[in-house]
Amino acid sequence: MTEMRPQDILLPTADGLCCKPGGFHIDPIRPVARAVITHGHSDHARAGHGAVLATQETLDMMRLRYGENFAGSTQAIRYGEELRLGDVKVKFHPAGHVLGSAQIAVSAKDTCIVASGDYKDAPDPTCVPFELVPCDVFITEATFGLPVFRHGDAAEEVRKLLASVALFPERAHLVGAYSLGKAQRVIALLRQAGYDAPIYLHGAMETITHYYQSRGIALGELRPAMGVKKAALAGTITLAPPSATADLWTRRFPDPLTAFASGWMRVRARARQRGIELPLVISDHADWDGLTATIAATGAGEIWVTHGQEDALVHWCKTQGLHARPLDLVGYGEEEGETPIQAEAEA
Amino acid sequence: MNRFAELLDRLAYEPGRNNKLRLLSGYFREVGDPDRGYALAALTGALSFKHAKPALIRDLIASRTDEVLFGLSYDYVGDLSETVALMWPKSAMAAHNNPPSPTLTEVVTTLRTLGKTELPKQLERWLDELDETGRWALLKLVTGAMRIGISARLAKTAAAALGDKDPHEIELIWPGLSPPYLDLFAWLEGRSQKPVNRDPAPFRPVMLAHAIEDSDFASLDPADYIAEWKWDGIRVQAVAGRDDGGQITARLYSRTGEDITGSFPDLVPSLRLPGAIDGELLILREGRVQSFNVLQQRLNRKVVSPKLIKEFPIHLRAYDLLGDDENDLRELPFAERREHLETFIAKLDDPRIDLSPIVPFASWDALTAARADPASAGAGEDADAVEGVMLKRRDAPYLPGRPKGQWWKWKRDPHIIDAVLMYAQRGHGKRSSYYSDYTFGVWSETENGEELVPVGKAYFGFTDEELLQIDRFVRRNTTEKFGPVRHVVHEGDKGLVLEVAFEGLQRSPRHKSGVAMRFPRISRLRWDKPPREADRLETLERMLKEEAAEIEA
Repeated sequence: MTEMRPQDILLPTADGLCCKPGGFHIDPIRPVARAVITHGHSDHARAGHGAVLATQETLDMMRLRYGENFAGSTQAIRYGEELRLGDVKVKFHPAGHVLGSAQIAVSAKDTCIVASGDYKDAPDPTCVPFELVPCDVFITEATFGLPVFRHGDAAEEVRKLLASVALFPERAHLVGAYSLGKAQRVIALLRQAGYDAPIYLHGAMETITHYYQSRGIALGELRPAMGVKKAALAGTITLAPPSATADLWTRRFPDPLTAFASGWMRVRARARQRGIELPLVISDHADWDGLTATIAATGAGEIWVTHGQEDALVHWCKTQGLHARPLDLVGYGEEEGETPIQAEAEA
Repeated sequence: MNRFAELLDRLAYEPGRNNKLRLLSGYFREVGDPDRGYALAALTGALSFKHAKPALIRDLIASRTDEVLFGLSYDYVGDLSETVALMWPKSAMAAHNNPPSPTLTEVVTTLRTLGKTELPKQLERWLDELDETGRWALLKLVTGAMRIGISARLAKTAAAALGDKDPHEIELIWPGLSPPYLDLFAWLEGRSQKPVNRDPAPFRPVMLAHAIEDSDFASLDPADYIAEWKWDGIRVQAVAGRDDGGQITARLYSRTGEDITGSFPDLVPSLRLPGAIDGELLILREGRVQSFNVLQQRLNRKVVSPKLIKEFPIHLRAYDLLGDDENDLRELPFAERREHLETFIAKLDDPRIDLSPIVPFASWDALTAARADPASAGAGEDADAVEGVMLKRRDAPYLPGRPKGQWWKWKRDPHIIDAVLMYAQRGHGKRSSYYSDYTFGVWSETENGEELVPVGKAYFGFTDEELLQIDRFVRRNTTEKFGPVRHVVHEGDKGLVLEVAFEGLQRSPRHKSGVAMRFPRISRLRWDKPPREADRLETLERMLKEEAAEIEA
């Protein structure tokens, strides 16, 4: 038997990351026969595959988004559970990104590759913490792969929001947050900070947020923003998809103050471009320090870098004596063919 | 420094003018002298530190971080100060000791006295002592590039609010004031008299015009306005005054208040009557106004040779009179100032200084005709140097800044060509995530056959909505990437045609095409036009010949 090279196990293709010996793709961007999905964000979890393997939460979210028939068949897998697929073994580990998010370890013979999907090493009350998985090849995201991205403490950002609510009791605070993961994390952080007033939701947030609650995540009293009198919204906090905070929809609020919870808010120009008055640096992706610390800790000698700022992270890996290369996967993050503003929302 | 940094940070995100004013006056009220005075100086652009160049800051960050990572980060963030502030790794010692951060006054006074060689060490210490926001504000301050959407006017308006004064009052005395403005704040808080300006020939902040749109005319009455030619030269202020000994001091200022007297010694003897003229600097040969290209030969010269003076004789064409001897005329209506101006110029009786003529008109149609053909509307042989017409309200006082509805500029139609988008680069600052700098080209027959040659670069003229559209086009039609530059598809039937407007053309060895445009901007997106129908280099060369003929003359 010949030695297996990493690229014999996983290879970037036009459809996404392909595992030939296992007969499946990871987070494919086009319909494939067998898909293994890391998490429920729409750029990773798409409808129309033959068979889908993912955590129960990811499958549930796909069902909520795409309807019952989003795939030919589905199979749920738990964290720590190992399955044999063709000639490889597949094991899921928590990624700490959003509820149900997983890193996927693919092993063949003596080689273990971990495809981390999106991950963060920061605490998050709404999902299982990131687990470090020692491996030979680590596939890392690079959404915030530049040393200017240092996210700091999310709880501190939420305190900033609460200070602003106290300072402008006559205004409504609209917090733009991606509707899967970020919104629920912000709500949970607000509750941790002792904020116990009802929190209002944009209609597009309701389904996923209620799903989080059904999985036992305490988010306190939530109300739909729709149908509430304008005056009654003074001094309140409403969570909305980022695109809605610049929309006609905001006219139902008294003198709205626009906040945005995202790692992109670290860069001033980004916040100003969007007309954000209160940038909140809260990210569900690892920051530069998180990425570099994680890469070092996996013990992997080879690093494949995908979606985001690949160049900087590849360069850093090389200065650390690691083999590294960018994986030219298309279809994730900014290069989605959308305007940068829309794509950013997913971060 | 922390309080100032906090102010800048909040201002940077605050879009509303009234909220900005609230933040600023709150700061002036809360913070004592001299910190608030230095803050006012920083916000009005009155501070400059000659040794603190961006290159120095690059050197500092280079000594602490990886060069490649810095380069990628800067390209991404688009702002040097912010990149350094975000990336700066504190020294281990500073992180451990947590030293107190400096005050704004400490920073300003230290920077003023510090020698060039001591500066890097000092900046490094401060960067270690400050947090991210503090570092950002410090670097904005030392490089003098604030760019936080606060005009000097707004900062002065906020200061005026301390004493319920009209900001106009501050503008009038501003040229005689200097940081940290103790006398100004004392007056605003009612603790002393209004400061007076002792400079015999001070600069007076300039009044500017809005570009008029077709839709504006409907609401304007021609009887309320006086029209004059807009000459294609340089707007200047020529001021003469008597010093304490009764001697005349004469100075020439640019529209931003820069003293440019040294570049035009030939005009100084003509400024012998005390007064302040607002006018246009031109080159006159045998009584004829030359084009801007000709005037350009006299700009930014370190040495003004007798030959230059002889070949490019300078001239001042007067628009307005702001002061007549000791009398400040700025509060008078324009029609009255114009009478004073006519008397003043007649009394001066100098061949280098003349009146800009009034363009008579009874209706907007008549003015439209005059603008279309200045030669037969009084501009005569100087018609080529007419850039358009100016409309000034008869009853408008001379108000610094760009007040609404007082002065309008109505330019003649600029040159227009259709060019093809070739390369796009990400913008800086506010536009750092958008491809907003465009290199465009026109068709030419080269040794490789028919191909597009780049003829210029433009980064404004389009609306925000159009920026989004072009950005999307660039991202979807990139053929190659080189760092921040993207090659965008440009073939006969694939690509984007940009209608480019520009003011003039010059021959340029720096451009492959051999021509350079003055003031190019995107005037329209021609989604409808296939690239093969864009203009050819020969069109530009024809325009160039026409312009070049004037310089040689």
